[in-house]
Amino acid sequence: MPAISKNGRAKSQTMEVIKRLSKNKLALSGLIIILLLTLLAVFAPLIAPYGYAEQNLNAVYLSPCKEHLLGTDRLGRDILSRLIFGTRQSLRIGVLSVAIAAVLGTILGSIAGFYGGRTDNIIMRILDIYQSIPGMLLSIALAASLGPGVNNAIIAIGISTIPSYSRIIRASIMTVRDKEYIEAAIAINANDFRIITRHVLPNAFAPLIVEITMNIGNSILAAATLSFIGLGAQPPSPEWGAMLSEGKNFMRDYGYLVIYPGVCIMASVLSFNLLGDGLRDALDPRLKN
Amino acid sequence: MGNILEVRNLKKYFNTPKGQLHAVDGVSFAIEKGKTLGIVGESGCGKSTLGRTILHLLDSTDGQIFFEGKDITRVNKKELVKIREEMQIIFQDPFASLNPRMSVRQIIMEPLIIQGVMTKAEMEQETDQLMETVGLARRLSGAYPHELDGGRRQRIGIARALALNPKFILCDEPVSALDVSIQAQILNLMLDLQEERGLTYIFVTHDLSVVKYISDEIMVMYLGQMVEKAPADELFDNPLHPYTKALLSAIPLPDVHAKRKRILLEGEITSPINPKPGCRFAARCIYATQECAEPQHIVEISKNHYVSCHIAESH
Amino acid sequence: MENNLLKVNDLIIEYHSDKKIVQAVNGVNLELNKGETLGLVGETGAGKTTIAKAILRILPDPPAKIKQGKIFFEGTDLLELSEKKMSHIKGNEISMIFQDPMTALNPIMSIGKQIAETIRLHEKISKARANIEAIKMLELVGIPGERFGEYPHQFSGGMKQRVVIAMALACKPKLLLADEPTTALDVTIQAQVLELMNKLKKELNTSVLLITHDLGIVAEMCDKVAVIYAGEVVESGSAIDIFDNTAHPYTKGLFDSLPKLDSMESRLKPIKGMMPDPTELPSGCKFYDRCPYAVEDCKSLGAEKKEMGSGHYVLCRRAGEVC
Repeated sequence: MPAISKNGRAKSQTMEVIKRLSKNKLALSGLIIILLLTLLAVFAPLIAPYGYAEQNLNAVYLSPCKEHLLGTDRLGRDILSRLIFGTRQSLRIGVLSVAIAAVLGTILGSIAGFYGGRTDNIIMRILDIYQSIPGMLLSIALAASLGPGVNNAIIAIGISTIPSYSRIIRASIMTVRDKEYIEAAIAINANDFRIITRHVLPNAFAPLIVEITMNIGNSILAAATLSFIGLGAQPPSPEWGAMLSEGKNFMRDYGYLVIYPGVCIMASVLSFNLLGDGLRDALDPRLKN
Repeated sequence: MGNILEVRNLKKYFNTPKGQLHAVDGVSFAIEKGKTLGIVGESGCGKSTLGRTILHLLDSTDGQIFFEGKDITRVNKKELVKIREEMQIIFQDPFASLNPRMSVRQIIMEPLIIQGVMTKAEMEQETDQLMETVGLARRLSGAYPHELDGGRRQRIGIARALALNPKFILCDEPVSALDVSIQAQILNLMLDLQEERGLTYIFVTHDLSVVKYISDEIMVMYLGQMVEKAPADELFDNPLHPYTKALLSAIPLPDVHAKRKRILLEGEITSPINPKPGCRFAARCIYATQECAEPQHIVEISKNHYVSCHIAESH
Repeated sequence: MENNLLKVNDLIIEYHSDKKIVQAVNGVNLELNKGETLGLVGETGAGKTTIAKAILRILPDPPAKIKQGKIFFEGTDLLELSEKKMSHIKGNEISMIFQDPMTALNPIMSIGKQIAETIRLHEKISKARANIEAIKMLELVGIPGERFGEYPHQFSGGMKQRVVIAMALACKPKLLLADEPTTALDVTIQAQVLELMNKLKKELNTSVLLITHDLGIVAEMCDKVAVIYAGEVVESGSAIDIFDNTAHPYTKGLFDSLPKLDSMESRLKPIKGMMPDPTELPSGCKFYDRCPYAVEDCKSLGAEKKEMGSGHYVLCRRAGEVC
């Protein structure tokens, strides 16, 4: 059906996706939590009542109280402040590692999917070998060989998740590649670069966006795991996984040391997953109209 | 004289797991400038493949293609760019041939951007002009293809094909997906454009009434080969090949009083993979004889009327 | 009337989406007698398929809503029947053929089994007997019985459509709803399928509601015709009425849009413009904007139903004066 609005201005597909997304309450709540976390991360120094490394040996292992809303740890550091600063770390790890994986994965997947044949075969077989190593093991091995640290954790997680992006973008491109509008673009002399960037990728991106959103959550989790086993963020960095790791020894007596970072990790991962699920539905053309 | 396009013994084979698929198998023809050649045939007869091979959207296996007297069978990248500016294509499915993420304006302007000889302002102006030419209202500039009906989408496809001011346009079933009233609008538009711009068309279709209306000459294809070619009226008045006869008799006429004998074909199209040398229609032909197993030759029976059937020859 | 099989009265169907209401069918009346073929002609979006699906009660609700109307099948209103009774009628008395044969066939079940299963769904007979019946049906539509055990992908498009016809006719329905049954087929195959449908119709005395946009097929197959435009029957009558005494400007426009094989016109005379947006149908005659004969009254007073001859109805204020 022609759906031109009265003033003749047509809505773009992006607008329609946003409209559909806004009807999904779960996805919306995920988005709101993500936005809140982002705000916390950006304005951490203004919001946090104390510095994340500020020790107060007179006030160790405090239970939640007026001065320290979520209590303090063994060095008397304010847990709330550390959690707030921790959002910076977690979001940074999540976004950057996914960015690395998505960019490299998209390039590889696009080349494999668009050219097909031998190129495709070579790239995909390499990725097969790559994927036969469990992802977590690969990140641990990479992180261990690169040395501990947040940046190395980002690289390790990013590299180990490349194949999933390549596969998604390749599958998606292969369905787009045979569309007539690609042939039409060839007929008007568009070169390969233009065809891939203007005609193939924009139409193949939907599943990638979903994957990216979902994977930010997973990467935060992976980073927390690496930190937990001592390969990620190093003390006194307030990364949530590192906080968990530090707190685990005192878990019996001071449960809140692990509960709060645990809740933060869960909430952030959950909200990215909810948003991802919502995006998947919103982008699905079968639900159109 | 004045042939804009000539094809000699063109072949396009595809390799399949079962063997070689002879999609186009030794087709020859020529089109005069400003005329329309209709190519008809049923699905799988190779008519679309033939068109795409001429346009170098597919590589030919064998044979020669001449455009304005120049052999363009094998060309380098630079020559190919030039050829594509002169030869354009209009697709069958106006739903599938337009990028859903681009607006009407972006689609029509894209060939100009790629060509890169005009300034931004000139391109804007040219795009407005093209939209007017094909009858698209200015207010649709920002619309996306999925918001438009089939007829308007096809107009976008035509505007895009016209953008580079080609001399020749391959029309691959351009009205098959459209309703009759819209189909008539598009056909008239194409005829107007041909008159105004002196365009040459190859019009590929399975719809025989449409092909008669738009074509000067008609070529009938069966399993990758040309079985008959004649001026449009001659083909309808005096079909010679048994397949053409069956095809014409199969068209349902919009006339309740029409009385005619229908030639019902038995069986299904035989496989185009590793075909035998004889007539490919023989398996379904009511007149088939032993000689049909021999390779058939194309013979000019009367002026400009070619047929590839030994039975039709002897009549 | 004794002979009457199907009668659709004043049917109104809407599709409800977020904010918009699509007025798909707007007060349609149809009548079909036993053994007759009624052609439902119109363009994409005219509401033809919606009507057929409403008869079979397979419209998805939501979004579709039958607002008003009755559908009498042998005197009983199908819209009033319980689910159980309706499911008995579906397949036993009424069956439907869709445009795309692929969607109607299960790709992982042999075609013989599929036909046998349809038979067993409606008739209490043994598996072995159903298989024999299925082979008979296959042969009836011109497919050798040996191909019983083959799968849909092993058949060509025309053969698949014949399998679908065999399935639809397996229970010897009284009414066959055929929605563009040959549109996806090549002309020579189409000719075979049409011939087959005509033959079976005579043998089994089945009534057919044939939905098509092809006036050639109508001329060949139909006794009666109803022309649908924007959800309304704009002209109905016998095939001869419609083809020889065309009275509605839209019907005339359809004929003028067709390239003729036997004449040498230089230009077609298409209907200008497009069908109105079914979410914002204009007031008055719905064809007003495209009609070359429209006068002020057509807009303000709307179209008027006129009887041009016995059984030949036209929804046009100016019918008789023009065309």
